[in-house]
Amino acid sequence: MPTSNHLLIGTRKGLVVYQLSNGNWTHKSTFFTGIPVSIAYSDKRTNTWWACLDHGHWGCKLHRSIDQGQHWEEIPAPKYPEGAEIKEGVPASLRLIWAFEQGGDDRPGKLWMGTEPGGLFESTDNGNTFNLNESFWNFPGREEQWFGGGRDYAAIHSVVVDPRDSDHIYVGISCAGVFETTDAGKTWEVRNNGLRADYLPNPQAEVGHDPHMLVACASNPDVLWQQNHCGIFKSTDGAKNWIDVTAENKLANFGFAMAVDAKNPDQAWVIPGVSDEIRVAVDGALVVCRTDDGGKSWQEYRSGLPQDNSFDIVYRHALDISDDYLVFGTTTGNLFLSNDKGENWKALSHYLPMVYSVHFCQ
Amino acid sequence: MTKVKFTYALKRFFPGLEELETSKTSIKEILDEIELLHPGMKGYIVDEQGVMRKHVNIYINETLIKDRIRLTDKVAPDNEVFIMQALSGG
Repeated sequence: MPTSNHLLIGTRKGLVVYQLSNGNWTHKSTFFTGIPVSIAYSDKRTNTWWACLDHGHWGCKLHRSIDQGQHWEEIPAPKYPEGAEIKEGVPASLRLIWAFEQGGDDRPGKLWMGTEPGGLFESTDNGNTFNLNESFWNFPGREEQWFGGGRDYAAIHSVVVDPRDSDHIYVGISCAGVFETTDAGKTWEVRNNGLRADYLPNPQAEVGHDPHMLVACASNPDVLWQQNHCGIFKSTDGAKNWIDVTAENKLANFGFAMAVDAKNPDQAWVIPGVSDEIRVAVDGALVVCRTDDGGKSWQEYRSGLPQDNSFDIVYRHALDISDDYLVFGTTTGNLFLSNDKGENWKALSHYLPMVYSVHFCQ
Repeated sequence: MTKVKFTYALKRFFPGLEELETSKTSIKEILDEIELLHPGMKGYIVDEQGVMRKHVNIYINETLIKDRIRLTDKVAPDNEVFIMQALSGG
Protein backbone atom coordinates (compact mmCIF):
# COMPACT_ATOMS: atom_id res chain seq x y z
CA MET A 1 0.00 0.00 0.00
CA PRO A 2 1.26 3.50 -0.70
CA THR A 3 1.97 5.93 2.08
CA SER A 4 -0.29 8.44 0.29
CA ASN A 5 -4.04 8.17 0.17
CA HIS A 6 -5.03 11.41 -1.54
CA LEU A 7 -4.23 12.81 -4.91
CA LEU A 8 -4.49 16.55 -5.52
CA ILE A 9 -4.91 17.39 -9.19
CA GLY A 10 -4.60 20.98 -10.36
CA THR A 11 -6.51 21.42 -13.59
CA ARG A 12 -7.60 24.13 -15.95
CA LYS A 13 -11.07 23.96 -14.42
CA GLY A 14 -10.47 23.43 -10.74
CA LEU A 15 -8.87 21.29 -8.05
CA VAL A 16 -9.85 17.64 -8.37
CA VAL A 17 -9.21 15.30 -5.44
CA TYR A 18 -8.96 11.53 -5.69
CA GLN A 19 -8.89 9.28 -2.65
CA LEU A 20 -7.58 5.76 -2.14
CA SER A 21 -10.32 3.63 -0.67
CA ASN A 22 -10.45 -0.18 -0.53
CA GLY A 23 -7.54 -0.34 -2.92
CA ASN A 24 -9.16 1.90 -5.52
CA TRP A 25 -8.45 5.51 -6.39
CA THR A 26 -11.74 7.29 -6.93
CA HIS A 27 -12.91 10.85 -7.32
CA LYS A 28 -13.66 12.39 -3.94
CA SER A 29 -14.36 16.06 -4.53
CA THR A 30 -13.79 19.06 -6.76
CA PHE A 31 -13.03 22.58 -5.57
CA PHE A 32 -12.82 25.96 -7.32
CA THR A 33 -14.78 24.67 -10.28
CA GLY A 34 -14.02 26.60 -13.44
CA ILE A 35 -10.89 28.27 -12.09
CA PRO A 36 -7.42 27.25 -13.32
CA VAL A 37 -5.31 25.72 -10.54
CA SER A 38 -1.66 26.07 -11.45
CA ILE A 39 -0.39 24.11 -8.44
CA ALA A 40 -2.14 21.97 -5.85
CA TYR A 41 0.12 21.02 -2.98
CA SER A 42 0.07 19.53 0.50
CA ASP A 43 2.52 20.54 3.22
CA LYS A 44 3.29 17.13 4.67
CA ARG A 45 4.39 18.61 8.01
CA THR A 46 0.96 20.06 8.75
CA ASN A 47 -1.24 18.29 6.21
CA THR A 48 -2.28 21.72 4.97
CA TRP A 49 -3.60 21.71 1.42
CA TRP A 50 -2.74 24.62 -0.84
CA ALA A 51 -4.42 25.68 -4.05
CA CYS A 52 -2.71 28.24 -6.25
CA LEU A 53 -5.36 29.76 -8.49
CA ASP A 54 -4.78 31.53 -11.77
CA HIS A 55 -7.99 33.41 -12.42
CA GLY A 56 -8.16 34.57 -15.99
CA HIS A 57 -9.76 37.81 -14.88
CA TRP A 58 -8.98 38.43 -11.26
CA GLY A 59 -5.30 37.53 -10.95
CA CYS A 60 -3.49 34.85 -8.99
CA LYS A 61 -4.98 33.85 -5.65
CA LEU A 62 -3.89 31.55 -2.88
CA HIS A 63 -6.12 29.31 -0.77
CA ARG A 64 -5.37 26.81 2.00
CA SER A 65 -7.30 24.17 3.87
CA ILE A 66 -6.37 22.54 7.14
CA ASP A 67 -9.19 19.99 7.03
CA GLN A 68 -8.63 18.26 3.68
CA GLY A 69 -10.82 20.60 1.74
CA GLN A 70 -13.84 20.87 4.01
CA HIS A 71 -13.09 24.55 4.42
CA TRP A 72 -10.87 26.82 2.37
CA GLU A 73 -9.39 30.15 3.40
CA GLU A 74 -8.13 32.75 0.95
CA ILE A 75 -4.67 34.01 1.89
CA PRO A 76 -3.32 37.27 0.48
CA ALA A 77 -1.30 36.28 -2.55
CA PRO A 78 2.33 37.37 -2.59
CA LYS A 79 2.92 40.87 -3.86
CA TYR A 80 5.87 42.28 -5.73
CA PRO A 81 7.01 45.37 -3.86
CA GLU A 82 6.10 48.81 -5.12
CA GLY A 83 8.63 49.88 -7.70
CA ALA A 84 9.81 46.35 -8.55
CA GLU A 85 10.46 46.05 -12.27
CA ILE A 86 10.85 43.03 -14.54
CA LYS A 87 13.07 45.24 -16.59
CA GLU A 88 13.36 48.95 -16.94
CA GLY A 89 9.93 50.48 -17.35
CA VAL A 90 8.01 47.21 -16.92
CA PRO A 91 6.43 46.95 -13.46
CA ALA A 92 6.58 43.54 -11.81
CA SER A 93 3.32 41.99 -10.69
CA LEU A 94 2.38 38.44 -9.88
CA ARG A 95 1.46 36.61 -13.09
CA LEU A 96 1.59 32.95 -12.03
CA ILE A 97 2.38 30.82 -9.01
CA TRP A 98 4.44 28.05 -10.59
CA ALA A 99 6.23 26.38 -7.68
CA PHE A 100 5.22 25.70 -4.12
CA GLU A 101 7.46 23.88 -1.65
CA GLN A 102 7.58 23.39 2.08
CA GLY A 103 10.70 24.31 4.01
CA GLY A 104 12.72 21.78 5.93
CA ASP A 105 11.32 19.77 8.79
CA ASP A 106 13.30 21.94 11.20
CA ARG A 107 11.67 25.12 9.83
CA PRO A 108 8.02 24.99 10.81
CA GLY A 109 5.93 27.47 8.88
CA LYS A 110 8.55 27.94 6.18
CA LEU A 111 7.26 27.89 2.62
CA TRP A 112 8.85 28.72 -0.71
CA MET A 113 7.01 29.91 -3.76
CA GLY A 114 8.25 30.35 -7.31
CA THR A 115 6.48 32.76 -9.60
CA GLU A 116 6.37 34.47 -12.95
CA PRO A 117 7.96 37.00 -13.54
CA GLY A 118 10.90 35.37 -11.77
CA GLY A 119 10.41 36.26 -8.12
CA LEU A 120 11.06 33.77 -5.33
CA PHE A 121 8.81 34.35 -2.34
CA GLU A 122 9.20 32.94 1.15
CA SER A 123 6.98 32.69 4.19
CA THR A 124 7.92 31.94 7.77
CA ASP A 125 4.37 31.89 9.14
CA ASN A 126 2.76 29.09 7.19
CA GLY A 127 1.75 31.38 4.37
CA ASN A 128 0.00 34.13 6.30
CA THR A 129 2.50 36.46 4.68
CA PHE A 130 5.00 36.08 1.85
CA ASN A 131 8.00 38.25 1.10
CA LEU A 132 10.06 38.53 -2.04
CA ASN A 133 13.58 37.17 -1.69
CA GLU A 134 15.27 40.43 -2.61
CA SER A 135 18.72 38.95 -2.95
CA PHE A 136 17.60 36.65 -5.73
CA TRP A 137 15.41 39.27 -7.37
CA ASN A 138 18.45 41.54 -7.50
CA PHE A 139 20.74 38.80 -8.81
CA PRO A 140 23.13 40.40 -11.32
CA GLY A 141 22.00 39.94 -14.89
CA ARG A 142 18.37 39.04 -14.14
CA GLU A 143 16.95 41.83 -16.26
CA GLU A 144 19.28 41.20 -19.18
CA GLN A 145 19.76 37.41 -19.18
CA TRP A 146 16.50 35.89 -17.95
CA PHE A 147 13.61 35.54 -20.36
CA GLY A 148 10.32 33.73 -20.80
CA GLY A 149 10.09 30.11 -21.84
CA GLY A 150 6.52 28.98 -22.29
CA ARG A 151 5.49 32.11 -20.38
CA ASP A 152 5.81 35.78 -21.20
CA TYR A 153 8.52 36.29 -18.61
CA ALA A 154 11.06 34.16 -16.77
CA ALA A 155 9.42 32.00 -14.14
CA ILE A 156 10.53 29.81 -11.25
CA HIS A 157 8.94 26.38 -11.58
CA SER A 158 11.16 24.26 -9.33
CA VAL A 159 12.24 24.70 -5.71
CA VAL A 160 14.29 21.87 -4.23
CA VAL A 161 15.05 21.96 -0.50
CA ASP A 162 17.92 19.75 0.67
CA PRO A 163 16.50 17.44 3.34
CA ARG A 164 19.92 17.44 5.08
CA ASP A 165 20.17 21.22 5.29
CA SER A 166 17.18 23.53 5.15
CA ASP A 167 19.38 26.48 4.17
CA HIS A 168 20.48 24.66 1.03
CA ILE A 169 18.06 25.24 -1.85
CA TYR A 170 18.04 24.96 -5.60
CA VAL A 171 15.63 26.69 -7.93
CA GLY A 172 14.94 26.03 -11.59
CA ILE A 173 13.91 28.83 -13.93
CA SER A 174 12.61 28.88 -17.48
CA CYS A 175 14.57 30.53 -18.89
CA ALA A 176 17.66 31.21 -16.83
CA GLY A 177 18.70 27.84 -15.46
CA VAL A 178 19.54 26.39 -12.07
CA PHE A 179 20.59 28.47 -9.08
CA GLU A 180 21.77 27.42 -5.63
CA THR A 181 21.89 29.00 -2.22
CA THR A 182 23.59 27.50 0.83
CA ASP A 183 22.65 30.28 3.24
CA ALA A 184 18.85 30.24 3.08
CA GLY A 185 18.66 32.66 0.19
CA LYS A 186 21.07 35.37 1.27
CA THR A 187 23.44 34.63 -1.61
CA TRP A 188 23.03 32.69 -4.83
CA GLU A 189 25.22 30.93 -7.39
CA VAL A 190 24.54 29.89 -10.99
CA ARG A 191 24.63 26.11 -11.49
CA ASN A 192 24.43 25.56 -15.22
CA ASN A 193 27.82 24.05 -15.98
CA GLY A 194 27.43 21.29 -18.56
CA LEU A 195 23.98 22.27 -19.73
CA ARG A 196 23.33 23.02 -23.36
CA ALA A 197 20.92 25.63 -24.69
CA ASP A 198 20.73 24.92 -28.41
CA TYR A 199 18.46 27.90 -29.00
CA LEU A 200 21.01 30.46 -27.76
CA PRO A 201 23.73 32.07 -29.88
CA ASN A 202 26.13 30.50 -27.38
CA PRO A 203 24.65 27.16 -26.23
CA GLN A 204 27.14 27.03 -23.36
CA ALA A 205 26.18 30.44 -22.02
CA GLU A 206 26.30 30.70 -18.25
CA VAL A 207 22.67 31.83 -17.99
CA GLY A 208 19.67 31.38 -20.26
CA HIS A 209 19.09 27.64 -19.94
CA ASP A 210 15.68 26.03 -19.81
CA PRO A 211 15.38 23.32 -17.18
CA HIS A 212 11.75 22.32 -17.55
CA MET A 213 11.75 20.48 -14.23
CA LEU A 214 14.37 20.00 -11.52
CA VAL A 215 14.24 17.17 -8.94
CA ALA A 216 16.63 15.65 -6.41
CA CYS A 217 16.84 12.20 -4.86
CA ALA A 218 15.57 12.47 -1.28
CA SER A 219 18.07 9.97 0.12
CA ASN A 220 21.01 11.38 -1.85
CA PRO A 221 20.27 15.01 -2.69
CA ASP A 222 23.62 15.51 -4.36
CA VAL A 223 22.06 13.66 -7.27
CA LEU A 224 19.78 15.96 -9.22
CA TRP A 225 17.96 15.40 -12.47
CA GLN A 226 16.40 17.78 -14.91
CA GLN A 227 14.18 17.39 -17.90
CA ASN A 228 15.56 20.23 -19.94
CA HIS A 229 14.29 21.81 -23.13
CA CYS A 230 17.38 20.39 -24.81
CA GLY A 231 17.47 16.90 -23.33
CA ILE A 232 17.82 15.17 -19.98
CA PHE A 233 20.64 16.09 -17.63
CA LYS A 234 21.93 14.64 -14.36
CA SER A 235 24.31 15.87 -11.70
CA THR A 236 26.02 13.76 -9.05
CA ASP A 237 27.85 16.60 -7.34
CA GLY A 238 25.11 18.90 -6.16
CA ALA A 239 24.54 20.65 -9.50
CA LYS A 240 28.13 21.81 -9.85
CA ASN A 241 28.32 19.85 -13.09
CA TRP A 242 25.63 18.45 -15.35
CA ILE A 243 25.99 15.56 -17.79
CA ASP A 244 23.73 14.87 -20.75
CA VAL A 245 21.89 11.56 -20.30
CA THR A 246 19.46 11.94 -23.18
CA ALA A 247 18.52 8.56 -24.67
CA GLU A 248 20.67 7.50 -27.60
CA ASN A 249 17.57 6.83 -29.70
CA LYS A 250 16.36 10.29 -28.70
CA LEU A 251 12.95 9.06 -27.51
CA ALA A 252 13.68 10.19 -23.97
CA ASN A 253 14.70 13.65 -25.02
CA PHE A 254 12.14 16.45 -25.04
CA GLY A 255 9.48 16.69 -22.37
CA PHE A 256 8.49 18.57 -19.28
CA ALA A 257 7.97 16.24 -16.31
CA MET A 258 10.67 14.41 -14.37
CA ALA A 259 10.63 12.17 -11.30
CA VAL A 260 13.36 10.41 -9.33
CA ASP A 261 13.03 7.58 -6.86
CA ALA A 262 13.35 8.66 -3.24
CA LYS A 263 15.78 5.84 -2.36
CA ASN A 264 17.56 5.02 -5.60
CA PRO A 265 19.24 8.05 -7.19
CA ASP A 266 19.85 6.09 -10.40
CA GLN A 267 16.17 5.48 -11.07
CA ALA A 268 14.26 8.26 -12.81
CA TRP A 269 11.30 8.80 -15.12
CA VAL A 270 10.40 11.11 -17.99
CA ILE A 271 7.41 11.27 -20.33
CA PRO A 272 8.58 12.30 -23.79
CA GLY A 273 6.91 14.55 -26.29
CA VAL A 274 7.82 15.72 -29.76
CA SER A 275 10.18 18.68 -29.53
CA ASP A 276 9.51 21.43 -29.47
CA GLU A 277 7.40 23.37 -31.88
CA ILE A 278 4.89 20.46 -32.09
CA ARG A 279 4.49 19.23 -28.49
CA VAL A 280 2.38 16.12 -28.78
CA ALA A 281 2.99 12.47 -27.87
CA VAL A 282 5.76 10.87 -29.92
CA ASP A 283 4.30 9.06 -32.96
CA GLY A 284 0.83 9.43 -31.49
CA ALA A 285 1.70 7.04 -28.66
CA LEU A 286 2.05 7.82 -24.99
CA VAL A 287 5.16 6.31 -23.41
CA VAL A 288 6.88 6.55 -20.07
CA CYS A 289 10.65 6.16 -20.04
CA ARG A 290 12.56 4.93 -16.99
CA THR A 291 16.23 4.57 -16.33
CA ASP A 292 17.55 2.22 -13.67
CA ASP A 293 21.22 2.89 -14.29
CA GLY A 294 21.61 6.59 -13.80
CA GLY A 295 20.69 7.54 -17.34
CA LYS A 296 22.96 5.16 -19.25
CA SER A 297 19.90 3.51 -20.75
CA TRP A 298 16.16 4.21 -20.87
CA GLN A 299 13.40 1.59 -20.98
CA GLU A 300 10.06 2.30 -22.62
CA TYR A 301 6.82 1.42 -20.86
CA ARG A 302 3.56 1.56 -22.80
CA SER A 303 1.27 -0.98 -21.13
CA GLY A 304 -2.07 0.65 -20.35
CA LEU A 305 -1.24 3.85 -22.22
CA PRO A 306 -2.86 4.95 -25.51
CA GLN A 307 -0.78 3.91 -28.51
CA ASP A 308 -2.85 5.42 -31.31
CA ASN A 309 -3.86 8.99 -32.00
CA SER A 310 -2.63 10.29 -28.69
CA PHE A 311 -1.97 13.99 -28.46
CA ASP A 312 -1.16 13.89 -24.75
CA ILE A 313 1.81 15.60 -23.26
CA VAL A 314 2.51 15.91 -19.56
CA TYR A 315 3.29 19.26 -18.02
CA ARG A 316 6.17 19.68 -15.62
CA HIS A 317 4.23 19.39 -12.38
CA ALA A 318 1.86 16.72 -13.65
CA LEU A 319 3.96 13.69 -12.67
CA ASP A 320 4.44 12.55 -9.09
CA ILE A 321 5.84 9.56 -7.26
CA SER A 322 5.13 7.98 -3.89
CA ASP A 323 6.91 4.72 -3.12
CA ASP A 324 6.20 2.36 -6.02
CA TYR A 325 3.29 4.48 -7.21
CA LEU A 326 3.48 7.01 -10.00
CA VAL A 327 0.71 9.17 -11.34
CA PHE A 328 0.50 11.61 -14.19
CA GLY A 329 -2.14 13.77 -15.84
CA THR A 330 -2.09 15.00 -19.39
CA THR A 331 -2.97 18.01 -21.47
CA THR A 332 -6.00 16.20 -22.85
CA GLY A 333 -7.41 15.27 -19.45
CA ASN A 334 -6.20 11.70 -19.03
CA LEU A 335 -5.06 10.56 -15.61
CA PHE A 336 -2.90 7.44 -15.32
CA LEU A 337 -1.63 5.55 -12.28
CA SER A 338 1.01 2.85 -11.92
CA ASN A 339 1.64 0.73 -8.85
CA ASP A 340 4.76 -0.96 -10.19
CA LYS A 341 7.15 1.90 -10.75
CA GLY A 342 5.76 2.85 -14.12
CA GLU A 343 5.83 -0.50 -15.91
CA ASN A 344 2.06 -0.84 -16.19
CA TRP A 345 -0.54 1.90 -16.16
CA LYS A 346 -4.24 2.16 -15.47
CA ALA A 347 -6.43 5.08 -16.46
CA LEU A 348 -8.22 6.72 -13.56
CA SER A 349 -10.00 9.19 -15.82
CA HIS A 350 -10.23 10.18 -19.46
CA TYR A 351 -12.39 13.20 -18.82
CA LEU A 352 -10.51 15.68 -16.69
CA PRO A 353 -9.73 19.19 -17.87
CA MET A 354 -6.15 19.88 -18.93
CA VAL A 355 -3.96 18.79 -16.01
CA TYR A 356 -1.39 21.23 -14.64
CA SER A 357 -0.22 19.41 -11.50
CA VAL A 358 -0.59 16.15 -9.60
CA HIS A 359 0.48 15.61 -6.01
CA PHE A 360 0.32 12.58 -3.73
CA CYS A 361 -0.47 13.32 -0.10
CA GLN A 362 -2.10 12.04 3.05
CA MET B 1 -23.93 60.25 -4.95
CA THR B 2 -22.29 58.03 -7.55
CA LYS B 3 -23.73 54.55 -7.94
CA VAL B 4 -21.25 51.69 -8.22
CA LYS B 5 -22.38 48.38 -9.70
CA PHE B 6 -20.50 45.12 -9.99
CA THR B 7 -20.44 42.13 -12.28
CA TYR B 8 -22.28 39.15 -10.80
CA ALA B 9 -19.03 37.16 -11.18
CA LEU B 10 -17.48 38.95 -8.21
CA LYS B 11 -20.27 37.78 -5.92
CA ARG B 12 -18.78 34.29 -6.06
CA PHE B 13 -15.84 35.57 -4.03
CA PHE B 14 -17.63 38.30 -2.11
CA PRO B 15 -21.14 36.98 -1.44
CA GLY B 16 -22.18 40.11 0.44
CA LEU B 17 -21.35 42.38 -2.46
CA GLU B 18 -24.14 44.81 -3.35
CA GLU B 19 -24.48 47.95 -5.39
CA LEU B 20 -23.27 50.92 -3.39
CA GLU B 21 -23.31 54.70 -3.44
CA THR B 22 -20.26 56.84 -2.90
CA SER B 23 -19.19 60.46 -2.71
CA LYS B 24 -15.67 59.70 -4.01
CA THR B 25 -14.66 61.53 -7.15
CA SER B 26 -12.15 59.26 -8.91
CA ILE B 27 -11.95 55.59 -9.80
CA LYS B 28 -8.90 55.15 -7.58
CA GLU B 29 -10.73 56.60 -4.58
CA ILE B 30 -13.73 54.41 -5.26
CA LEU B 31 -11.57 51.26 -5.34
CA ASP B 32 -9.96 52.27 -2.05
CA GLU B 33 -13.41 52.64 -0.52
CA ILE B 34 -14.47 49.26 -1.89
CA GLU B 35 -11.38 47.70 -0.28
CA LEU B 36 -12.47 49.04 3.09
CA LEU B 37 -15.93 47.60 2.66
CA HIS B 38 -14.78 44.29 1.17
CA PRO B 39 -11.17 43.57 2.21
CA GLY B 40 -9.23 41.82 -0.54
CA MET B 41 -11.52 42.85 -3.34
CA LYS B 42 -9.28 45.55 -4.74
CA GLY B 43 -6.74 42.84 -5.52
CA TYR B 44 -9.27 41.23 -7.83
CA ILE B 45 -9.58 44.42 -9.88
CA VAL B 46 -6.03 45.77 -9.88
CA ASP B 47 -2.64 44.14 -9.42
CA GLU B 48 -0.21 44.89 -6.61
CA GLN B 49 1.14 47.89 -8.52
CA GLY B 50 -2.35 49.34 -8.71
CA VAL B 51 -2.75 48.71 -12.43
CA MET B 52 -6.11 47.44 -13.61
CA ARG B 53 -6.04 43.77 -14.50
CA LYS B 54 -5.97 42.99 -18.18
CA HIS B 55 -9.36 41.29 -18.29
CA VAL B 56 -11.26 43.71 -16.09
CA ASN B 57 -13.13 46.73 -17.40
CA ILE B 58 -14.61 49.71 -15.62
CA TYR B 59 -17.26 51.88 -17.22
CA ILE B 60 -18.36 55.36 -16.20
CA ASN B 61 -21.89 55.42 -17.52
CA GLU B 62 -21.38 53.78 -20.90
CA THR B 63 -17.77 54.79 -21.47
CA LEU B 64 -14.70 52.75 -20.57
CA ILE B 65 -12.29 54.53 -18.28
CA LYS B 66 -9.23 55.90 -20.02
CA ASP B 67 -6.54 55.57 -17.36
CA ARG B 68 -6.12 51.87 -16.54
CA ILE B 69 -2.74 52.48 -14.90
CA ARG B 70 -3.30 55.28 -12.40
CA LEU B 71 -7.12 55.18 -12.34
CA THR B 72 -7.42 58.95 -12.40
CA ASP B 73 -10.71 59.12 -14.32
CA LYS B 74 -13.10 61.49 -12.56
CA VAL B 75 -16.67 60.63 -11.68
CA ALA B 76 -19.59 62.96 -11.06
CA PRO B 77 -22.42 62.45 -8.57
CA ASP B 78 -24.90 61.58 -11.28
CA ASN B 79 -22.58 59.00 -12.87
CA GLU B 80 -22.88 55.25 -12.65
CA VAL B 81 -19.71 53.18 -12.36
CA PHE B 82 -19.83 49.59 -13.51
CA ILE B 83 -17.03 47.13 -12.71
CA MET B 84 -17.11 44.13 -15.00
CA GLN B 85 -15.02 41.28 -16.30
CA ALA B 86 -14.00 41.16 -19.91
CA LEU B 87 -15.81 38.52 -21.94
CA SER B 88 -12.81 36.27 -22.41
CA GLY B 89 -11.66 32.82 -21.51
CA GLY B 90 -13.11 29.43 -22.28
